[in-house]
Amino acid sequence: MTVNITMAVVLAGLYTVGFYLLMQRSLMRVILGIVILGHGANLFLQVAGGPPGEPVFAGSALIEAMVDPLPQALALTAIVITFALTTFLLALAYRSWALLGHDEVQDDVEDRRIREAERRREGMDESDEPDTEPAEAVAGFEAPEASEEVPR
Amino acid sequence: MLTAIAAHFVLAAFLPLIARRWGRAAFVVGALAPAATLVFALSRASGALAERHPVETFAWAPNIGLEFTTRFDELALLMIVLVSGIGALVLCYYACYAKPGDRAVSRDSSLLVLFAGSMLGLVLADDVISLYIFWELTTVCSFLLVGGEGLTRKLRKSATQALLVTSLGGLAMLLGLLLLATAAGTTRISEIIANPPGGGVVTAAVLLILLGAFTKSAQVPFHPWLPGAMVAPTPVSAYLHAAAMVKAGVYLVARFAPGFSDLPAWWLPIVVLGLWTMVLGGFRALRQHDLKTLLAYGTISQLGFLMVLVGAGTWIAALADVTLVLAHGLFKSALFLTVGIIDKRTGTRDIRELSGLGARWPALTVFATLAVLSMAGFPPLLGFVGKEAAIEGLLHGEPKDLLLLAGVVLGSVFTVAYSLRFLVGAFGARPTVAPTEAPPSGTVMTTIVGIPAVAGLVLAFVPGLVEPLLAGYADAYSANPPDYHLGLWHGFKLPLLLSIAIIIAGYLLHRTALAPRLAGWVPGPLHAQRGYQASVDGLVALAQSVTGRLQAGSLPIYLGVILVTMVAVPGAGLLSGIETPVDLRAWDSLLQVPLAALVLVAAGTVVLARRRLTAVLLTGVVGYGIGALFIVDGGADLALAQFLVESLTLVVFVFVIRRFPPRFVDGRPYFPRARWVKAGLAAVAGTFVAVLAVLFSGSRQGMPEASRFYAENAESATGATNVVNAIIVDFRAFDTIGEIAVLAIAATGAASLILARARQRPSGGYVPEDAGSERTEVKQ
Repeated sequence: MTVNITMAVVLAGLYTVGFYLLMQRSLMRVILGIVILGHGANLFLQVAGGPPGEPVFAGSALIEAMVDPLPQALALTAIVITFALTTFLLALAYRSWALLGHDEVQDDVEDRRIREAERRREGMDESDEPDTEPAEAVAGFEAPEASEEVPR
Repeated sequence: MLTAIAAHFVLAAFLPLIARRWGRAAFVVGALAPAATLVFALSRASGALAERHPVETFAWAPNIGLEFTTRFDELALLMIVLVSGIGALVLCYYACYAKPGDRAVSRDSSLLVLFAGSMLGLVLADDVISLYIFWELTTVCSFLLVGGEGLTRKLRKSATQALLVTSLGGLAMLLGLLLLATAAGTTRISEIIANPPGGGVVTAAVLLILLGAFTKSAQVPFHPWLPGAMVAPTPVSAYLHAAAMVKAGVYLVARFAPGFSDLPAWWLPIVVLGLWTMVLGGFRALRQHDLKTLLAYGTISQLGFLMVLVGAGTWIAALADVTLVLAHGLFKSALFLTVGIIDKRTGTRDIRELSGLGARWPALTVFATLAVLSMAGFPPLLGFVGKEAAIEGLLHGEPKDLLLLAGVVLGSVFTVAYSLRFLVGAFGARPTVAPTEAPPSGTVMTTIVGIPAVAGLVLAFVPGLVEPLLAGYADAYSANPPDYHLGLWHGFKLPLLLSIAIIIAGYLLHRTALAPRLAGWVPGPLHAQRGYQASVDGLVALAQSVTGRLQAGSLPIYLGVILVTMVAVPGAGLLSGIETPVDLRAWDSLLQVPLAALVLVAAGTVVLARRRLTAVLLTGVVGYGIGALFIVDGGADLALAQFLVESLTLVVFVFVIRRFPPRFVDGRPYFPRARWVKAGLAAVAGTFVAVLAVLFSGSRQGMPEASRFYAENAESATGATNVVNAIIVDFRAFDTIGEIAVLAIAATGAASLILARARQRPSGGYVPEDAGSERTEVKQ
């Protein structure tokens, strides 16, 4: 009872497009990516529930001929929640636009700082650091005090 | 015994209140808990010495077999004498030592009692989980007591080092204990030792447990944290870093040794590192000018000695070990407390500045001399009794024990030398230095120093008082104990001669001051402190480089890392256990093919669209296409919801994008080739998801039980013929409530974000300088 190949290809296509859009800089494209990923996920839930069959109305057909109702219920919930998420993201994009004048996803400033500190440190390692630690440092607290510098 | 432990914790909780009211008296109140425990334990001593040891159990998570079990045996009683006895003394001493109105009183008194309770739990625990919990509690207490308020860099550095080193060992020990408990099939230590498991896992477990013991007892190469921890107040050092906490490592080894003493992975690391520690500690102690640091290196040396003895694994060596544990606890706490008095009364503890204290404080000098002589192994003191037994035990063991004996003798020579250095340095008169001005040493504090010091003298004459206790522990090593008894006089035999030789050699070493000149010479790579610094720096650098690379601050890179991980980790697992599904079909219904083509084309075009509206509309096409596929699949409700929601989404999108410029702002491309990298990664990840879908659905066998139940009972149980509806509003109604809550929260959030436009607080939030003009444009 595997997913048929056509549906597998559709899933692959939807997820590819969704992932690709998520990796874009434009917030609007990111939101579209989430919407398309949501579509892909809903379709995944539905087709994983088995091949097409009779709609699940009690008494209308034999249970064996019906499709599985549980994935449908799950997908239904997922659809609604995707909608809620999309709306909220759109409001965020709108807010970003109103405040910043663009809807581009910026690099995180804090993280960039860490990356630059790392680059600086690597540059420092190449220059020879003189080994200044005296033998008395073994005693633990006789070591010279390093300056109390707050990293900036 | 469970009550005693709990009483410590309860009292510790109330001590801050007591300290606020009565100040330093809080320490005396705190001393009640360990003192009462000591009395209680001694009154029950016959139980500990009996054939069947009293066991108490408290099941705190019976469902998963977790319980706290105490077992009151000889070793536990011995440790309680040290932990509670010295604990009560130190707390009383601290009441005089602390300055009146010191803010640290409430904190330190509470922590010390908490520590006493943890230590009590540690030595009583008979199951590995509680052992570990109490073990780490003592580590945390040590960190907080060493660090104090953390006002200076020195305090913070020392406290952090103590915490890092001992908790590293603690975690290794936890892993080892769990491995051991799994191999043995029980968490009870007494049962593990009675029937020790074997095999490779046990070897690994034993090594991990030893790592915990070595870090806690400051063995080479983990020892530098102990001298560093001497920044703590002296009573804290006397209790934690001489009498109690650092003994935990020795205790742990002594606890497990009867079960594993034949295992090379057990005794070899113990005796090698123990000897090294003993010699190195003594050697370095000879060079210290600070009395407290001198004692700290002495403690390291003695802990090494204790490790060697317990690693030797014979009956007499074990007897000597526990005798010396007791002796060391007594004399070392007395000496630390002596240093505390000197430091407090004279304001210095540097032996180059002290002179003539011996004449000024005769009583204290006598007590300190007793303690020092016990440390050096002079007769007639308990330290001598223990050392005699140690030499005797190592003389008559296996050939390797003779090697150990040589090391122990060398270490003992150092011990004699630094003992004399301490005594002469602290109390001797120096011709070049004017006699130190000092007020009287204080009756109460001197008396407290005297109690353990005199105990070391008295016990040496009546070893019969403690011998049943100590021999009871040693009996675990041998069914036929040799006929040996602790005592001051065993006849004119080799051990006595060796003792005399050690004392003479030590005295000569002290006189010639040869070692102090040599003691600075340690090859650079062997510096343990540098090793610690390098590992901490390396860890920080590693964390920074991993963070700097993975957490680059760019959303595309984050997602790329996540996608690669998603494909690589489960993908690799999937490849290793793949099962090709058999019933691959091109399609289930011919209608699926054109709809699939429509969805794919629309989705592909979204990527290429330059205008926002085009992209949004194409997304809508994808959504409607999916809805149509739902109909083909027989999901009528689903399709209905999909069409409705898709239309609503389109409306919301259009509302928003009408504020935006019509085309996407394609800013400068950071990397020209990045687009293809992203596309390739997305394609791999997308295909991976599709493959997952095929493989997972292949393991599905017809309609699951739950779905069948819903389909069969929907009408009778809920009165609804539409099964999907019945599931949503009845069977799984709570899920739907959650869903509605999500909707409500999202709606509130969206509304507040949009409405917030109207009111802009001048100081609130991050507003760039050029934002003002943009905002007015938006409003128009």
